[in-house]
Amino acid sequence: MIAFKNIHKRFEEKVVLDGVSHVMETGKTNLIIGISGSGKTVLQKCLVGLLEPDEGEILYDGIDFRHMSMEERKLLRRDIGMLFQGSALFDSMTVQENVKFPLNMFTNDTHAQKMKRVDEVLERVNLSGSNKKYPAEISGGMKKRVGIARAIVLNPKYLFCDEPNSGLDPQTSMLIDQLIKELTTEYNITTVINTHDMNSVMEIGDNILYLVNGKMEWTGNRKEIIYSKNKSLNDFIFASEFLQDAKDLRMMEASGKISEKDLPENQK
Amino acid sequence: MTFLNHLGRYLLMLKGMMAKPENGRVYWREFMHQCNDIGIGSIGIVTIISLFMGAVSALQTSYQLSSPILSKTIIAQIVRDTVILEFSPTLVCIVLAGVVGSKIASELGNMRVSEQIDALEIMGINSKTYLVLPKIVAALVTIPMLVIISMVLGIYGGRLAGTMSGILSAETYDRGLMLRFVPYNIFFAMVKTYAFAFVISSIPAYFGYYVKGGALEIGRSSTTAVVASCVTILFLDYILAAIFL
Repeated sequence: MIAFKNIHKRFEEKVVLDGVSHVMETGKTNLIIGISGSGKTVLQKCLVGLLEPDEGEILYDGIDFRHMSMEERKLLRRDIGMLFQGSALFDSMTVQENVKFPLNMFTNDTHAQKMKRVDEVLERVNLSGSNKKYPAEISGGMKKRVGIARAIVLNPKYLFCDEPNSGLDPQTSMLIDQLIKELTTEYNITTVINTHDMNSVMEIGDNILYLVNGKMEWTGNRKEIIYSKNKSLNDFIFASEFLQDAKDLRMMEASGKISEKDLPENQK
Repeated sequence: MTFLNHLGRYLLMLKGMMAKPENGRVYWREFMHQCNDIGIGSIGIVTIISLFMGAVSALQTSYQLSSPILSKTIIAQIVRDTVILEFSPTLVCIVLAGVVGSKIASELGNMRVSEQIDALEIMGINSKTYLVLPKIVAALVTIPMLVIISMVLGIYGGRLAGTMSGILSAETYDRGLMLRFVPYNIFFAMVKTYAFAFVISSIPAYFGYYVKGGALEIGRSSTTAVVASCVTILFLDYILAAIFL
């Protein structure tokens, strides 16, 4: 579990995070959503220690990350896996070497043991057979999966994903979402995802934090979002007419004004 | 950003990279990889520059000192001393600042922009130690070797040009090389080389490591790194000459 309280961050005069507090739960997919520039990435970077917040507490299973020594932080980071927006794979290494890199750095396993683990995680993300390829030779979706494989190879307790669906087609996005969701429950990890992909919100949003101008505007889960009366959240989530119609139909169905059989085929 | 800001951040980067490696074997592999890139990768250009540098200095010395009262051996002496004292350490290092420096700056810049450095940090790896330290150590090991090779090739280039153009015989050249040789010159050249090797690797590493933006900024930082390295080399060349000679 990751809890953060009253996080403030400013860059010169610009306030990016203004007293954000929330609890990211273990075994659930915790989403940070908001429009571009709302502070999602800065919040995530503060949580993993790539940026230092000006104020506030970040507690990893009750231990304050901000008061840890550099050595303690380094140890904690071995329990953190992160999938970056652009995957951040090492260009000069093959898929297999990218995934093996954390094992080389932090374990004393034999070569055979490491290769076994690499094959296991690559199989888990459905990437068997691409071991010898370089990042430049694989598609965006495959890069994301390699990024996930590298993030989970050391069995992390916390998984951070920054815009995991950016630049992917809807079908691949859905596969990545499902994969993250499965890994979260399978390994019982605390997953924190930054996204403004509405499909992800509706598919895997167990615990959602909605940010507006660096402030916490709304929290809840994917079911609660449908019935939320928060105007800003509704404007953000149901920005298109299609999604708004879908929401209205769901609301009418929920209030008993129409039954499921009255819904259009594509809304059932 | 002012010069003092850059200097402060550069010193902090150097301090930050002085940490215990997470895994010695991985760092050793990275060090060997850098030795290959910096050392073996630069042998070709160093060979070409050195041979021609020695050859041209032999021809020009002969042109300027063509006098019946001067012995031809002086040509070899002048070629030897200029190659050892100045051409090999300074000129070769300036060329390496371009070749190696731009590579280091663009490699690290690309890693920064594509979040690969952040990925290392998240894994709990000190990115400065892993990325910068092996490059600096590899430069300190391989560049002096390249400069020694350059000295030998430069002197040989002078001999080749002198004999092929009929200015002096090989025996006269060899005799000239033995005359009034001052071993201290080699020591001075090595002091300069170590200082320049540090500059060639650390300054581009600084500009690459802290790059912000995209592809355009990577190119800019690479150019700035090469210019800053060359200016620093020339400045140090003067300071070291004033101190040691």
